[in-house]
Amino acid sequence: MGHTLVEKVIGNKVGREVTPGEIVTVDVDWCMVDDIMVPFCVSKFEEMGFKKVYDPDKIVLIYDHFLPASQVDDSRHFRVGNEFAAKYGLKNVHRTDGVCHQLMTEAGYVKPGDIAFGTDSHTVTYGCVGAFSTGIGYTEMAGILGTGQLWIKVPETIKVQVDGKLPANVTSKDVILRVLGDLTASGATYQSLEFVGSTIDDMSISSRMAMSNMAVECGAKNGIFVPDEKTCEYCGIEYTDEIRALRPDEDAVYARVMKYRAEDMVPVLACPSQVDNIKDVSELEGKQVDEVFLGSCTNGRLEDLHVAAEIMKGKKKAPFVQFIVTPASRKIYKEALDDGTLQILSDAGAIITTPGCGLCCGRAGGILTDYEVVVATNNRNFLGRMGTSKVQIYLASPATAAATALTGVITAAK
Amino acid sequence: MSETFTAKIWVLGDDIDTDIIMPTEYLALKNVEDMKPYAFSPLRPELAALIGPGDMIVAGKNFGCGSSREQAPEVVKALGISCIVAKSYARIFFRNAINNGILLIENADLRDYVEEGGVAEVTPGEKIVYNGKEFKIAALPDNLLEILNAGGLVKAMRKRNGLD
Amino acid sequence: MGMTMAEKIIACAAGVESTKAGDIETVTLDRLMSNDGTTHLTIDMYNKLKHPHIADISKLVWIVDHNIPADSPKTAASHKKMRDFAREHGITYYEGDGVCHQLMMENHVRPGELIFGADSHTCAYGALGAFGTGVGCTDYLYAMVTGTSWLLVPETIRFNLHGELKNGATARDLILTIIGRISANGANYKAMEFAGEGLHTLNMADRIAVCNLCVEAGAKTALMEVDDIAMDYLKEHGREPKAVFKSDEDAVFSQVFDIDLSEIVPIVAKPHFVDNVVPATECLGVHIDEAFLGSCNNGRIEDLRLGAEVIKGKKVAPTVRFLVVPASRAVYNQAMKEGLLDIFIDAGAMIMNPNCSVCWGACQGVIGEGETLISTGTRNFKGRSGHKNSFVYLASAATVTASAIAGEITTADRI
Repeated sequence: MGHTLVEKVIGNKVGREVTPGEIVTVDVDWCMVDDIMVPFCVSKFEEMGFKKVYDPDKIVLIYDHFLPASQVDDSRHFRVGNEFAAKYGLKNVHRTDGVCHQLMTEAGYVKPGDIAFGTDSHTVTYGCVGAFSTGIGYTEMAGILGTGQLWIKVPETIKVQVDGKLPANVTSKDVILRVLGDLTASGATYQSLEFVGSTIDDMSISSRMAMSNMAVECGAKNGIFVPDEKTCEYCGIEYTDEIRALRPDEDAVYARVMKYRAEDMVPVLACPSQVDNIKDVSELEGKQVDEVFLGSCTNGRLEDLHVAAEIMKGKKKAPFVQFIVTPASRKIYKEALDDGTLQILSDAGAIITTPGCGLCCGRAGGILTDYEVVVATNNRNFLGRMGTSKVQIYLASPATAAATALTGVITAAK
Repeated sequence: MSETFTAKIWVLGDDIDTDIIMPTEYLALKNVEDMKPYAFSPLRPELAALIGPGDMIVAGKNFGCGSSREQAPEVVKALGISCIVAKSYARIFFRNAINNGILLIENADLRDYVEEGGVAEVTPGEKIVYNGKEFKIAALPDNLLEILNAGGLVKAMRKRNGLD
Repeated sequence: MGMTMAEKIIACAAGVESTKAGDIETVTLDRLMSNDGTTHLTIDMYNKLKHPHIADISKLVWIVDHNIPADSPKTAASHKKMRDFAREHGITYYEGDGVCHQLMMENHVRPGELIFGADSHTCAYGALGAFGTGVGCTDYLYAMVTGTSWLLVPETIRFNLHGELKNGATARDLILTIIGRISANGANYKAMEFAGEGLHTLNMADRIAVCNLCVEAGAKTALMEVDDIAMDYLKEHGREPKAVFKSDEDAVFSQVFDIDLSEIVPIVAKPHFVDNVVPATECLGVHIDEAFLGSCNNGRIEDLRLGAEVIKGKKVAPTVRFLVVPASRAVYNQAMKEGLLDIFIDAGAMIMNPNCSVCWGACQGVIGEGETLISTGTRNFKGRSGHKNSFVYLASAATVTASAIAGEITTADRI
């Protein structure tokens, strides 16, 4: 019987064929601990009685949610992380470099076929390079730090196939939002999403990242892409036969197959307060907004900033609307600085913040108040996520976000 | 884990996400005790103060969806919740709850039958009785029962490391 | 009898021939600046008035700079109140474009004007020969409704500057030295006036830094004679003076200091008072957790150039958070154009959107318990930049940047 991509990745790790539903213990290639969870993870690790970490080079600490610190106890998390890193010999510590999920592939850690766990649910992002990655709690992470292993249930796979050419104002964000709407917020619980098709093949790694990033929003354990030449170039590795073999078999068995025609896709929004509450932008066009947020591990990459800059070039944001831009990493910030993108956005009136999670994690970066409306490019619009419970959060693509910032009302890019 | 107990019921809906269970704003508080008053605050600000030791939550589908923040199940435990019965759970919350030694029960029917403030009788791995009506419930897989019976993952690891 | 600059500006605003220190005058204000620190309170009071009225909308400038982007629903609500009011009444309004005093200098302040700002560092406007002074929101509201206010004419302390800064000293070291000499209340209720040939060696950024910090000596305002450098700045920004005043030869000063600029050395103000100053060399080796280059005091392009020169090709110490916060969008854009932001980002600094940042200490990089910050901000009061048990050292852009590289307090010549 054939295997899906995720079955192959897990099978390669355990050295035998695996089938969905079976519980296996895997050796872990990468552990990512983010600043929010550091102190909790460290105290569990010590409570568990470990004397050393399984491999200091496979552990990455990233400070991103609390940058810049907005509360006086935030920097405690940095201090605890620094002490832990010093005590156990961790070298991979990113203190001000950007959002964890951007850095885990950008900084060269996770590669095709790897297995990675992180203390944040959007750890699913690394599926963009053909890795199995998923979010876990800090207690489990503490266990991995000590043992290097974790048990997982081999997930069934939902195949999401998209073929054709996307309309000009539709991005991969619209595609994943459409898929989430169809699957619903719990439609893929315990399962893996496998993205295939000619549209997917044509996408950049950044576009794929926006999709794998949001796989968790339908409950999926991960969202994975077949690693190709582009992937290897992004990862700075050779496209070897081993990587070539990381693809689903023709006769793989899927729990479900969803097929889309790219030409049918339109710009969409996830409406308050569920990620699966999807509507076409055209249905909401003209609704007034108070703020637009372009950033996060979903859509804070260079190509997202490019999309916005192209729309905003030589224009100004609407008066009294806040347009907040938070590049996902230091590298992206620099690239956008050097190629003139930040200049265009600054001239348009954007507030360009330091790279980090920004508004998406809801502790700073543009919090809103009762009845205010925000169009945001991040991954969640839960009740109270960006301020009070009465804030209305609409999730959208960078194109829709930029077009909306220009007009001050919900607008599809032309 | 098989002793029968009774518990007062708090009813919640579908897709109760982790930002509702424990908002990000309070995640940096030093311990879970400090976070307790803010549990469920975006949805029902008064709820945390009303929950008493041994109470249970009965919810709809996809309970605990969203982030991997383990503060969510930890705070539920700290509030004294004896068990959660939901139509289904989000995956990370499920693992986190078990790792913290919280009894999770999956049942498709109970939610639509109970009323808030009512009392149910729970026999883990076997059944729930409410107003004389019986709801069958399944047992957890062995590897999870092992963690649950050890009192959570920390205790299981301490045992592994020869500490307890 | 001759008049001081302060007396002349007040006389002009009061429509009288002359006035003298100790008199109380009713003045018509030229401009009224308010920021998100207190505007929401002003609006609340305004809304309770029986006959709400704004004397002259065109004189109002409102600026959101303290907590931007917003860090809490409470902040967001106060911003919304301010935004909605400004929008409804057509008030000149900035949100996210920079620190209020910098934006006022770039876009509004004219020599000879009398300006109230609902912020203590409004005295910065003296760099353009304008009388700027900080007021509370009750005074602000009265001025907003009537267009006028009363003012006790201050005595003036005169500082005659001679020579030129050298030895790595900056204008900030100069004003910290002065504050150390006259103490934190040495100029209470008074105007601090700067003149002398040494003044002409200071550029506009230097002058703003000096005037801005005078409130830390208790001064009501700071004033500088308007020369070609000031006039060029004004022209560059497309404005004309209201009036150019200088103190008469026979003006009466309460004190006169002669300052030799060449004697100034790099200075550090130690916790928790601005007048607790020592030569930077006495603080060498003090461990730091965070460094801040920015604020209405030292976030201008000249300061960023100075920092960039020190850090070019070097790295921020691994565990230090180095916040670089341009004082305005114009400064940010200029720094981008000159490649300064590139230098900072390569070095590992955090470049933030123009705002008050950690100088205000409510969000945007607050420091934690037991942590130490070296800052180009305005104040080092206990708890000013975060936890009540934290430590702030004030120093120049050069010293702050050098310390960010070393991970401990040091001077630029030691890097």
